[in-house]
Amino acid sequence: MSVAAPAPVTHAASGPGESAYGHLADPNRVDTSHGPILYLDDITVSFDGFRALNKLSLTIERGELRCVIGPNGAGKTTMMDVITGKTRPASGTAFFGQTFDLTRLPETRIAELGIGRKFQKPTVFENHTVFENLELALADPAGARPSRAKGLWANLFAHLTESQRALIDDTLARIRLNGSEHRLAGLLSHGQKQWLEIGMLLVQEPALVLLDEPVAGMTDAETERTAELILELEGSHSIMVVEHDMDFVARIARKVTVLHEGSVLAEGSLTEVQADERVIEVYLGR
Amino acid sequence: MISLRLASLMSPRQWLLLAALTALIMVALPIAHLALPESHPLHVSAYTITVLGKFMCYAIVALGMDLIWGYAGILSLGQGLFFALGGYAMGMYLMRSIGRDGVYQSDLPDFMVFLNWKELPWYWTGSDQFWWAALLVVLVPGLLALVFGWFAFRSRIKGVYFSIITQAVTYAAMLLFFRNDTGFGGNNGFTDFKRILGFPIAAPETRVALYVITALTLLLAFLACRFVVTSRLGRVLTAVRDAESRLMFIGYNPLRYKLFVWVFAAVLSGIAGALYVPQVGIINPGEMSPANSIEIAIWVAVGGRGTLAGAVLGAFAVNGAKSWFTVAFPEYWLFVLGLMFILVPLLLPRGLVGLLRGRAAPDQAKPADPAKRAEPAVPVAPAASAQERA
Repeated sequence: MSVAAPAPVTHAASGPGESAYGHLADPNRVDTSHGPILYLDDITVSFDGFRALNKLSLTIERGELRCVIGPNGAGKTTMMDVITGKTRPASGTAFFGQTFDLTRLPETRIAELGIGRKFQKPTVFENHTVFENLELALADPAGARPSRAKGLWANLFAHLTESQRALIDDTLARIRLNGSEHRLAGLLSHGQKQWLEIGMLLVQEPALVLLDEPVAGMTDAETERTAELILELEGSHSIMVVEHDMDFVARIARKVTVLHEGSVLAEGSLTEVQADERVIEVYLGR
Repeated sequence: MISLRLASLMSPRQWLLLAALTALIMVALPIAHLALPESHPLHVSAYTITVLGKFMCYAIVALGMDLIWGYAGILSLGQGLFFALGGYAMGMYLMRSIGRDGVYQSDLPDFMVFLNWKELPWYWTGSDQFWWAALLVVLVPGLLALVFGWFAFRSRIKGVYFSIITQAVTYAAMLLFFRNDTGFGGNNGFTDFKRILGFPIAAPETRVALYVITALTLLLAFLACRFVVTSRLGRVLTAVRDAESRLMFIGYNPLRYKLFVWVFAAVLSGIAGALYVPQVGIINPGEMSPANSIEIAIWVAVGGRGTLAGAVLGAFAVNGAKSWFTVAFPEYWLFVLGLMFILVPLLLPRGLVGLLRGRAAPDQAKPADPAKRAEPAVPVAPAASAQERA
C-alpha cells in the first residue's frame, strides 16, 4: 500500500488532461504550473546592521531535493525563517509557487499552504503514542485548509477515515516506526523522535519540506536510515535539507547550494562545489 | 456506530465494574434504606444516604477538575465558586418554594423581611419557577467561566498565575456574597427549605429521590468525561498540557480547547452544587472560601490525576477521611489536609489509582518492539510508564 506522490498530485494545478493556461487559481493551493515551487530573489535580512542574508537568490523546482550547506553564520537558518514567515526580509522577493508572496503572509497561513518545517530539536508529544502523534498532525481529509481539521467539535466526534489510516500506516512504514506505533513517543530514541517529527510533517502533506539538520545527534546507523528516508521522498516531495554532516550530504546530494555570509557562493553537484576554489577556502578546506 | 463508540469508552471489565457499582448505589442502598426496618442488620441509615449523596456531588466537581487539571494541565483553584453559584441558583428556588411557611409568614424570604426589604430585587425574578432555576444552574457558572476563561486564555495566562487569579476571583465572590445588601442572605445564606417541586424536602422518599438523581448525574458526568477524553479532542487536550506551542505549530488553536474544558468543568461544578444544596439544606458563602477550592484539587491529586476514576475515588476517600477525622480529632484535620497536599505528590504522584494499577497489572508491560533490537541507541523503556499506558 502506498500513498505515492501526494505532493505533485494534490498541489499541482495542471495535469496531463488540463490546460496549463486558464485553470482556476485555487486560493489554497500552491500553483507551480509555470515554474519553481520556491523562488527567492535578492533577499536581504539585517539584524542591527549585521547582514544575515545578503542579496540571496535561490530557486527550488517541484520535486527537487536540494541540500544547503555552509559554515556557521552563513544564513542557513535565517533563510528558513524567511521562507516560513518567521523573519521578514528588509528587501527582496520570496514566492511560494506563483501566487503566494511569503514576505506578506503570516506564519500559520504559510504552514497551512503547505510549507512544512522540521526544527533542529525534535519536539513530539511524549505522552502520546507514535500513532497518536501522527493522528494529531493529520491534515484535513477533504483537502480544505488544515485548520478546519483542527476544529473543536470535529475532534470530539472524529474518527479516522480509511484514507487517513492508510496515510498514517504508510507514513509509519516510511519513518521506520511501524511496529512501534503504540509506544509512547517519549520512549523513542533521539533518532526515532527525529523520524517521528518528519512523519508528522509528512502526514500534513506539505508541498515543500524544510529539514533543518535532520541527522544532528544521530548514530551512524540512524543517519544512514534517514538518508534512505529522504531519498524515498525525493520526487514526491520538494525538499530542502540544511545539514553540517558532509558524509550525510554526500549520501543524498543531488544539487548542492553553498551559502556564505548570507549569499550563494556556489551551486551545482557536490563534486562541482567541492572542486570550487572559493568553497574550499571558506568551508570545506578548513 | 454509537454503541461501538460507547463500548470504546472502557474495557469490558471496567463496564462490568461500573454496572455493579451503579446497581449497588442506585438500587441496593436505597432499597436497604427504605424497605428494611431499622432493626435489620442490613438497614442503611438516613445519615449514610445523605453523606453518600454529598460525596457524589463532590465527585461530580472532581470529574470536572480532573478534566481541566489532569488532562489539560490547567490548575483551577476556583471550582468552589462555580459549585456555590449552582448551589445559590437552586437555593433561590428553594427559598421561594417556602412560600408563606417561613418564620415571618411573608411572600418574601425571611432574610429579606429581616432586612426590611419591601420587594424582590430584579435578579430574583422568575426564581419561583423550577425550570428557570435549572437554567441558571447551568448558565451562571457556564457564562462566568466563558467570559473569565476567554480573557485569561486569550492573554495566555498559565500555570501558577492562572491558579492565583482563580483563587482571587473566588475570594472576591465570597466577600461579595457575605454582604447583606447583595441580596443572597449574607453570611447565613439560604436555609430552612421546606419543599422541592412540591415534595416535602425532609421526607425519606424525597431524600432518596435526590440521592438517586445525584447518582445518575454522576454516572452521566463520568461517561461524558470518558467520551471527551477518549475522543481525539481528549488527545488534543493532553497535547495542550504537554507541548502547547508544538500544538499551535501543527495548526491547532489551544484557546478553544481550553475554553471548552474550562466551561464544561464549571457547568459540572454548578450542577453538583445544585444537587448538593437540597440534600444538605443550606448554602452560604462559606462554600466559596479558598480552602474549599483547594480541597477540590487535593481530591483529584489523591485519587490520581488524568484518570477520571481517580477523581471520583479521591473525592470519596478524602471526604471520608475528613468525616472521620473531624469527629475523632477535630483540631487536626487541617494539618492532615496540608500534609496530604505535600505528601501525595511526593510519594504517590499517580495517586490512589496509580497505586492500584501498579499492583494489579505487572504483566501488562508492552512487548519489546522489533526496532529496539536493531537500534542500539534506544534507551531501555522504563517499565513503569509502559505499564501505565497499558
